[in-house]
Amino acid sequence: MQIESDDRMPLRTSDDVVRVRQAVRARAVASGFSLVDQTKIVTAASEIARNTVDYGGGGELRIEALRNGQRRGVRLTFSDSGPGIRDIDQAMRDGYTTGNGLGLGLSGAKRLCNEFDIKSTAGSGTTVTIARWT
Amino acid sequence: MAEIPILRIGDCLLVSIQVDMHDRLALALQDDLTQRIVADRARGVMIDISALEIVDSFIGRMLNNIAAMSKVLDAVTVVVGMRPAVAITLVELGLGLTGVRTALNVDKGLALIRRIIDNPERDDADRER
Repeated sequence: MQIESDDRMPLRTSDDVVRVRQAVRARAVASGFSLVDQTKIVTAASEIARNTVDYGGGGELRIEALRNGQRRGVRLTFSDSGPGIRDIDQAMRDGYTTGNGLGLGLSGAKRLCNEFDIKSTAGSGTTVTIARWT
Repeated sequence: MAEIPILRIGDCLLVSIQVDMHDRLALALQDDLTQRIVADRARGVMIDISALEIVDSFIGRMLNNIAAMSKVLDAVTVVVGMRPAVAITLVELGLGLTGVRTALNVDKGLALIRRIIDNPERDDADRER
């Protein structure tokens, strides 16, 4: 697997969430994603980016463009050094929220992607990685 | 911060979302619309989302909230113009927008609002079916 590009952007405010959506859209278009695939990864990115800002206290997004033979992909890594998630299984459940959202962010984002990984340590932060392939 | 204009057509309010919504803007729209429903004694609210490239759970919740609040204030909300890719993504995300009426475009949306206002009992029966 080749990495064609690797960019990072800050994720601190709700304006950054909008910028993340635009950057992920641009990357997905450049990687030849269909309109539906673009919409899915941008929506997933919006969900996770909001979590990074609201629950993680802000952090960073890494956007990588991948190539594996004929297939092209976009991998997004959201990292924060916030309080972490104590019970990941619970956080992944539809409808579970500690804030005032719908509790669909993580579980919904997972459904919208081909790859999903979450690592979290209480007290030292959370990293969520998602990828979608053409 | 830019505001989203709310236009009045007869007893309906029309909102066309033309910008990429950040969360505070979505909350502001929710507040503005609720106040305008009362101030203008509106019976219908139409929200055009044809320019929105995504609807995530936050925007979805805003649409659900607006529909619920307007219902309490005796107005009916119809969301129009959802893009097909957005509809596919919303369903996969797990967000059914169950409390929100939808129509394909502004014309059909206005007709739907008219029908519901003129015949509220039938609308309830329709929804229960």
